[in-house]
Amino acid sequence: MKAWLLLAVIVAATVTADLLQSHEMKTHGEIDDFRPSGLRRVLTAMARKKFLILAVICMAVSFFAFMALVQIADLSFAVPASAATVVIETILARLVLKERVDARRWIGAALVAWGVWLLAL
Amino acid sequence: MDSRLRWKTRAFVGIVILSNAFGNLFLTWGLRHGAGALSASPLSFIRAIFNPWVTLGICLLITWLLSKMFLLSWADLSYVLPVTAFGYVLNAALGRLVLDEQITPARWGGTLLIVAGTVLVGAGNPSHKQKDDGGSS
Repeated sequence: MKAWLLLAVIVAATVTADLLQSHEMKTHGEIDDFRPSGLRRVLTAMARKKFLILAVICMAVSFFAFMALVQIADLSFAVPASAATVVIETILARLVLKERVDARRWIGAALVAWGVWLLAL
Repeated sequence: MDSRLRWKTRAFVGIVILSNAFGNLFLTWGLRHGAGALSASPLSFIRAIFNPWVTLGICLLITWLLSKMFLLSWADLSYVLPVTAFGYVLNAALGRLVLDEQITPARWGGTLLIVAGTVLVGAGNPSHKQKDDGGSS
């Protein structure tokens, strides 16, 4: 029961973090300067984005819940089970981020969900 | 999508998958070997973080976080997440091989389904420059 509770916290926090992160990173635009000065500039700009800071807080919550989970459950359960986020995020990416999600991606995400369900048995 | 963006995307997908899988592995190894039991107290988490394996795992997970952020700056979330879901398979395999976890046939079946789903999704176009609203980046 404790494992499923921790898993629910991980899924909720990860979905929220990924949506906020994706929203902010697209606002920022494509990153193509990977030199130290360029990366420093990018990281400085990121530190000023409030949704990104919120995303990092959600990721921290997810991370500490994950640390607690892998102490009481198999890694081969904990990680795949957290893939439940993929399906929820694909739906939310379409509905909230207005991304184009074609039939192939929907079927792929459905297969991933089915696989995760089997892994969790 | 031009070939430069395609190769950059592939390289970052690889970094995201490997840093996540090995980050989780080292983190779990450290938490089960010498980090002590975690409790509701934040101190137990802080103490665990200073275990060398946990620290290494966290460093790799920070690499995963940053590389995923960079990838999301040019690729769709609905592409990035399912494609990097291959990392879940790698995690299960590392759990079996390194942590000696018992994985049932149902779990292996699930692993194959995840691979199939990942391949299917990965065949799509990762650019988010073709959104419904014609959004620019």
